[in-house]
Amino acid sequence: MKAAFSKAELEAEIASRFGDAFRIHEKAAVETLSSGVAEIDALTGGLPRGAITEIFGPASSGRTSLMYSLLTYATGHEETCALVDTNDVFAPTAAIAAGMNFDRLLWVRCGGNLEHAFKAADLLLHAGGFGLVMLDLGDVPGKEARQIISSWWYRFRRTVEDRPTVLTVISEEACTRSCAALALELNGAAEWSRVSVKRGIGNLLRHNAIRVNRQRPVTRRVSEGRYSAMALSV
Amino acid sequence: MFACIYVSKLPAALSLTDFAYGFSPVVEEVRAGTAVIDVDGCELLFGSAYQLANEIAQRARKSQTEGGLETTASVAVAANPDAAIHAATHLKGITFVSPGDELTCLGDFPVERLDYSLAGVEKKVATEILETLILWGVRTFADFAALPVAGVSERLGQTGIKLQQLAAGKTERHLHIKQPDPVFSNSLELEHAISELEPLSFVFGRLLHQLCAALNAHALATNELRVTLQLENQTTHERKLSLPHPMRDHKVFLKLLLLDAEMHPPQAAVTAVSITCEPVKPRVLQSGLFVPLAPAPDKLELTLARLAKLVGEENIGSPALLDTHRPDAFSMKRFTLQTEPDRRRRRKKQLGIRARQCLGFRRFRPPLRAIVEAHQGCPTQISAWSKQRSVYGRVVDLAGPWRTTGDWWRDDGWARDEWDVMLERVGQQTLYRVYREIKTENWFVEGNYD
Repeated sequence: MKAAFSKAELEAEIASRFGDAFRIHEKAAVETLSSGVAEIDALTGGLPRGAITEIFGPASSGRTSLMYSLLTYATGHEETCALVDTNDVFAPTAAIAAGMNFDRLLWVRCGGNLEHAFKAADLLLHAGGFGLVMLDLGDVPGKEARQIISSWWYRFRRTVEDRPTVLTVISEEACTRSCAALALELNGAAEWSRVSVKRGIGNLLRHNAIRVNRQRPVTRRVSEGRYSAMALSV
Repeated sequence: MFACIYVSKLPAALSLTDFAYGFSPVVEEVRAGTAVIDVDGCELLFGSAYQLANEIAQRARKSQTEGGLETTASVAVAANPDAAIHAATHLKGITFVSPGDELTCLGDFPVERLDYSLAGVEKKVATEILETLILWGVRTFADFAALPVAGVSERLGQTGIKLQQLAAGKTERHLHIKQPDPVFSNSLELEHAISELEPLSFVFGRLLHQLCAALNAHALATNELRVTLQLENQTTHERKLSLPHPMRDHKVFLKLLLLDAEMHPPQAAVTAVSITCEPVKPRVLQSGLFVPLAPAPDKLELTLARLAKLVGEENIGSPALLDTHRPDAFSMKRFTLQTEPDRRRRRKKQLGIRARQCLGFRRFRPPLRAIVEAHQGCPTQISAWSKQRSVYGRVVDLAGPWRTTGDWWRDDGWARDEWDVMLERVGQQTLYRVYREIKTENWFVEGNYD
């Protein structure tokens, strides 16, 4: 008669052959990088390292302002940063006003070539050691962005997984699908404060509405908030 | 056994050390005109030590073209180098000093001829001791060697013992070997011209491997590689590879050279390859526990080279603002890792000062040419198109104009009126910066606020 085996006995037999197959792997706590905007940090807890963060919204919704804040904070804290500029729209004269440290910023201008932008981002992620890699697809039309094949995003997600790098994607519409650990949807609206017509004083007051969608490795949660910032013309 | 070669008058163009390398690789250059070689292991080539000494003397008499010195050399072979030096310096022709019989040959030399520098004794001390010896009636090497060691030690100290051993020909020391000057250059002439990159990579790999081995042997690195390719059309293709930090990894160098060769291929097939590097001290870096992670220098260089190949060298780097008010005036500088933390910024970080909120601006390069409807000089309707983007809509709000001018004395001077406008299109409002060139009265969309 065939002897009956208990589950524990079977597991013990298999575990001796396959090692830690039955051990539950606890993921380490997610390290984050501050966005440089206190309101966004309060909503999100910072941008997760080793994951993709997507910032999307229509033109003039505050994506680039948030990008400046991120880069300013990261370069100011001695992180090595890279900006993959798909459409060559980065304005150094405006960025320097935000206090960005250009010595720690690698700017890659792709001249509108989407394929080059993705290849450049891939090279930067594989090089390792970058604290923040920013892929700016802000001027890529939504239709074109949606057509980006998913394998690119899965590849990026897999590449940054074990690295202390924050990969941030800026786009007009959500395009990373399920690969982004954190998605920030911006719906900002600008108001004209008319405090002064003189330039540099601040004649634009921005109210940024933000919707935060968090997935793995951060706890899944959706929250909404608003923040305001005095916007300075440059 | 050691052989000393002594030449009283050496022609200026000739090197005794180079001549000595013809017999043994272990050579000590004692002074100009005197060299000692270790002859152990030379028997298979030159026979016995006496035959070797004979060969040295004969070859020294030969002309320069035949590898000689064009002069007469004194050669002495002895069991220790100092005895050989004394014998060669003071005895002409070929001298063979049998081991243990040094005093038979050197014993009659006056003590004034004792070469105290060989024992590392200072001139002042040696002169004092030699004067004392003469006062004692010690005239020759043999007399000095015959003195009791204990008495010499008691009266003249350890220096006296050293000099006594030198006179007795019983010193024991290693040769201070003169190393040939390192050459950090490798070249290879090819039997068949190479026109493709892949076979050329094997040549590069071989030369770089040897070059890096030489650098490694001397504990050096390099921050500049110069590659010279002789081409089939009798021209030369030269490339210089500058590195921000000294490195000596031949694999990294090979990848960098290949990427550079892909970006700047030679115009014809390659017939000879030469690689030279500039040796510098390697980079020593103490990494800190609290220093943020940065890319490894060699990996970063490879990544930058690959990016340069992908998007062009002029499109990667760190932006640097130019000292002008000209719109969008910047240059691209080479991206290098900052190893020294910026103390000012660190202090700022410690104080917890946050970055200033600033309105983001996305600059269209080149600016979009626009068709603008204006009322009393203010834009009311804007339409602009290009292949990549289109900007059109009704102006619902605006601020401006702000006039900027500059470089009016040059051909490329600028003068324009700028406006910040809010365009409404399908219920969506977008902020743009538009400007009108005063000279041509053409309108352009410069970018949008985001």
